[in-house]
Amino acid sequence: MVIDCKHVWAHISGYLDQNLPPEVLEQVQKHLEHCEICSAILDSTRNILILTADERVFELPLGFSERLHARLEQEIDGMS
Amino acid sequence: MAPISDLRDEARMIASIVAGESHLFHELIRPYERRVYVMALSFLRNEADAEDAAQEAFLKAFRNLASFRGEAKFGTWLVSITLNEARSRIRHRDTIKMESLDEPPDDEGPISPALLRDWREIPSEVLERKEVSLLLHQAVTALPPIYREVFTLRDVEGMSVNEAAGALDISIASVKVRLHRARMMLQKTLAPQLKRISPKRRWWTWS
Repeated sequence: MVIDCKHVWAHISGYLDQNLPPEVLEQVQKHLEHCEICSAILDSTRNILILTADERVFELPLGFSERLHARLEQEIDGMS
Repeated sequence: MAPISDLRDEARMIASIVAGESHLFHELIRPYERRVYVMALSFLRNEADAEDAAQEAFLKAFRNLASFRGEAKFGTWLVSITLNEARSRIRHRDTIKMESLDEPPDDEGPISPALLRDWREIPSEVLERKEVSLLLHQAVTALPPIYREVFTLRDVEGMSVNEAAGALDISIASVKVRLHRARMMLQKTLAPQLKRISPKRRWWTWS
């Protein structure tokens, strides 16, 4: 069965997580082979996921850990 | 990458802490500091509030550690505490317009991605540029809450779909649907913006 672009878009996430049923995976792969638009959507989504997972996007504030453990220390000392 | 809990015996650490070796709690939580902070930040969108909520979540985890039964992983339990803390703070914010925590249905229409004909890989080195990393940060925090929380757990913090479902107390199917929508929303927003980093790329968006 041939599927159109909109059907492929519905499976981008499943494709990236490699959890599509085999028959759907085959249809999506066939479509991607000849559709440069869907291929670019897939590549850009994958690229965005790699970038957002980078620790530089969501960084801990400077001194976060020290302040946290100091506050915990107070709590722990208060119990003893 | 193996989950943190597979690399050390957390159940044993927790038993020791509950039995009185309280100082081991510092060691127990070290691998989770970033996850808790990022989760709080994705909700509260303000670094100072997020840090305060993260500290409070860790304190609550410490105070309630004896009630942790180990049915879930410690990291998952910690995320649930953080979510509750962040959500309750949002509810109590009364000086700014409140963000609705009502959950939109998962079966809304499909999201059309930004259409482009080719995509030249954007290397991670561009994140050295503050404005690029801010762009990504803002796009994630601008997602509606139910999509943002799933995306943050799964794609920012690398939790499995099952773990994310456990932490959020929703079904695995819901995690997958929300994750897909979150990823498509981000592609739609970010692909055209990231394209400006490399102006030679051809692209257009269908409305």
